Amino acid sequence: MKARIRRITTVVEETRIEGGRPVLPPTRRAAAIAVIANPFAGTYVEDLSELIAVGEELGGLLTEKAVAALGIPGDRVESFGKAAAVGGEGELEHAAAILHPKLGAPFRAVLGGGAALIPSSKKRGGPGVALDIPLGHKDAAKVRSHFDGMEVRLPDAPRADEIMVAIAVTDSGRPHPRVGGLTKEDVVGEDGLS
Amino acid sequence: MADVVVRKIVTQIDETFHEGGPAASRPPKRGVILAVIANPFAGGYADDIAGFMDDLKPLGLDMAGRLLEALGGDPALIEGYGKGAIVGEAGEIEHAALWHVPGGYAMRELLGGTKAIVPSAKKVGGLGARLDVPVTHVNASYVRSHFDAIEVGVADAPRASEIVLALAMTTGPRVHARVGGLAAADIKGEDGLR
Repeated sequence: MKARIRRITTVVEETRIEGGRPVLPPTRRAAAIAVIANPFAGTYVEDLSELIAVGEELGGLLTEKAVAALGIPGDRVESFGKAAAVGGEGELEHAAAILHPKLGAPFRAVLGGGAALIPSSKKRGGPGVALDIPLGHKDAAKVRSHFDGMEVRLPDAPRADEIMVAIAVTDSGRPHPRVGGLTKEDVVGEDGLS
Repeated sequence: MADVVVRKIVTQIDETFHEGGPAASRPPKRGVILAVIANPFAGGYADDIAGFMDDLKPLGLDMAGRLLEALGGDPALIEGYGKGAIVGEAGEIEHAALWHVPGGYAMRELLGGTKAIVPSAKKVGGLGARLDVPVTHVNASYVRSHFDAIEVGVADAPRASEIVLALAMTTGPRVHARVGGLAAADIKGEDGLR
């Protein structure tokens, strides 16, 4: 194992009512969050390849956890997202090293595909910081019903020398979508956009 | 009789691998399940509220069952528990007390007649309010290694006329418990205390 993991948390949300109306079937989404040691906290290093490898490892591990918590096969996931928060002694570039170069391939492998860019966010913060994971349709980024976000937070993370890494998957878009745009039924699914 | 109207269910499972010390051979899991429900008594003072405790019993059993399942499904693995409630601002703290009976007894029934009282916390709060749910050993409240707490909250709840109900279960002690006191191995198991 490349990452030194202190804690892994999975969260599943099931929305049964929104705007006072039943959501049938309920919308469900899951996040998996790992709290890991930041090997570069407090120092500036040029070569971030160690964190790139950590991203590759967590891309598979966290996606497996989240999909299992959601209780559906990977290919039934409709939207996805990723995010990271570095502790006070880390750099935003540390989050970028985990999220961007290599996390996506193992993430998509668990889902059996996903042509769209995985939307992401990053920040620096202290223990308890709220991380809003952006969500978008996994095959076509322009599907308007699936633009969303999921807030996650852990009271004890990230410590100054830690990084909190999160991914999210859903079995659905927003409850009661009605602002038009591309629908999931009309996805072509070739270029990742439409 | 009042309807129990559930807007949202959130399930969260933590695995703690270490807290700065040696890695645990069996990482303890800490789980919570939260239900966001409508508060039938919001907005006015009602004297007669106690009947709602019976109405909540099926939800309590459903939540306890889902939480146990998310923790592996075996009642013998559950070593600690707790419960709590957050009442939205149009309600009163007494409404949180309605959860003691249906929440506590659901877990005790499901876990096979555990002996210790289920510790609890309650508050009135707004959207995103956090609650520290206390946790103690299921058969002997004085077991020191199992004194713990799990912070819970839902970003968009409770709205003014809602209540967030919480149940918590754990599969082990604090990850590096080492401050002595009554050990789980030395429980007499008669009075629920020692």
